[in-house]
Amino acid sequence: MKYQSQSVAKAYFVAAMALFAVQVLGGLLAGWIYVAPNTLSEILPFNTVRMLHTNSLVVWLLLGFFGAAYFLIPEESEREIHSPMLAYVQLAILLLGTAGVVVTYIFDLFHGHWLLGKEGREFLEQPLWVKLGIAVAAVIFLYNVTMTVLAGKKTAITNVLLLGLWGLVVLFLFAFYNPDNLGLDKQYWWYVIHLWVEGVWELIMASILAFLMLKLTGVDREIVEKWLYVIVGTALFSGILGTGHHYYWIGGPAYWQWIGSIFSSLEVIPFFAMMSFAFIMVWKGRRDHPNKAALLWSLGCATLAFFGAGVWGFLHTLHGVNYYTHGTQITAAHGHLAFFGAYVSLNLAIFTYAFPILKNRDPYNQVLNMGSFWLMAGGMCFMTFVLTFAGTVQTHMQRVLGEDYMSVQDGLALFYWMRFGAGVAVVIGAFLFIYAILVPKRQEIISSDATVAAE
Amino acid sequence: MREVMTKSMARNIFYGGSLFFIVIFVGLTVHSHIYIVETSTDTAGLTESVARGKRVWEHNACVNCHSLHGEGAYFAPEVGNVMTRWGVIDDPEGAFESLKGWIEAQPSGIEGRRQMPGYAFTDEQIRDLAEFLRWADRMDTQDWPPNEAG
Repeated sequence: MKYQSQSVAKAYFVAAMALFAVQVLGGLLAGWIYVAPNTLSEILPFNTVRMLHTNSLVVWLLLGFFGAAYFLIPEESEREIHSPMLAYVQLAILLLGTAGVVVTYIFDLFHGHWLLGKEGREFLEQPLWVKLGIAVAAVIFLYNVTMTVLAGKKTAITNVLLLGLWGLVVLFLFAFYNPDNLGLDKQYWWYVIHLWVEGVWELIMASILAFLMLKLTGVDREIVEKWLYVIVGTALFSGILGTGHHYYWIGGPAYWQWIGSIFSSLEVIPFFAMMSFAFIMVWKGRRDHPNKAALLWSLGCATLAFFGAGVWGFLHTLHGVNYYTHGTQITAAHGHLAFFGAYVSLNLAIFTYAFPILKNRDPYNQVLNMGSFWLMAGGMCFMTFVLTFAGTVQTHMQRVLGEDYMSVQDGLALFYWMRFGAGVAVVIGAFLFIYAILVPKRQEIISSDATVAAE
Repeated sequence: MREVMTKSMARNIFYGGSLFFIVIFVGLTVHSHIYIVETSTDTAGLTESVARGKRVWEHNACVNCHSLHGEGAYFAPEVGNVMTRWGVIDDPEGAFESLKGWIEAQPSGIEGRRQMPGYAFTDEQIRDLAEFLRWADRMDTQDWPPNEAG
């Protein structure tokens, strides 16, 4: 660890992994309820389980992004973080909010209360007080990282990362706007949801990936940074108007069907570029970095993001197709692989890279870590395939033939059983990963005399 | 690529291009906002009751099982067209009665069947929810969903 204040990242990463465990367990339970629907139906209904699953996902990814920013900004800016104390305050606020959310959801506390009760729009269910806490934490974060960057060396990586983080916070403000008109509600709801995951998060993803490539492959910074601008350029050029693919059927004008179809088809490009970038950098790079697991996660991230977000997104984005597939298991298939590939893998890549450095020791448990990659990636791909089949059958029976929703669902049971099996593999992989990162080992199976932790 | 484009060119294209698309997007958003208010939704019919019904929908996290105009969870049926499906889209009293009957029959407790939680709603809440769902069903959604099954 070059800069003392980078150790802030460790606290963020550990908190993120704890919530990662909660997330996958919630997902497993939700998958089980699909095959055994009476499970806990009176105590912990499906909607509560799903809120815990999706909310913990978003929060742990954000904690990972914040941690990654605190980890890489000192190295890029070549100075200590403006205020490590503020970084811990920020984390404490976020953790308090998270605990509040979990308790509020499970026990349905303060039902309907304007400040303390859950708000109930999808993914933005947090009570208002938690949203305000998130906003305060976000402002502290932006102040802290911006001051650090402004005072230090400015690189393309920190430029793009900061832009992504500022965009993330500004767009979150739309979470506070909830009009009575459902059409308007949906239009601005997507400002948060779509412009996060298919906009500013891609900036964060590309800059973290660029940082990892720089460190792991030793390719010239000029080349990495030029690629970075090209990639984030294609991401925003396609992703901003690509929002239109959510405006087809929610009351928007018909022109969104063309704008959305054309621009969201182009959203494949940044993901293809990120994949090409990662592989070309590894081929070109001459460095034999000892952290093989971090390299595997980085390449896996770029590849699975291309398939999950790019290919599976394109699969149902054209309005003529989406008319039939909208809101079926096809969407669930895409959502799972896209989030896992683009954002989960990215976070696990930076955790894998950073932990040996944060703990000031060689990369350890690499074989276990790489095993966890194949378990999680394999499980997630299988889950995506079976949900795609389920969604195809559902689309035909329900949307084309017009059969009743529940009888179609009953016919999909086999796919839901296979999805549950895939979920078991993912959960085992997730716990293996956490073990590999946190529990030290005396002897490494992969021997490597390169003791360089970073450049 | 070095010959074709320098880093500062790439950076300028990124900033300039992004700004260009943001401006277009904001412009279209403004137009869509007006379109939603004036054309595709029944602004005059957005009564207090509809607005309260939307809160009932939200406070009970209905969207985490059901979908509404295709958005939400996929664990339970689409409700954006449920009032059409039940044949009560133009019948406020029928909509209230049908919804009340349905909600009070939950949870069904049938083994192997997905369970909707039991909600102790007042009649007013059920009426508001029914009004909200009727209002949502009347939105111009470009003919989505393809059929009554939702």
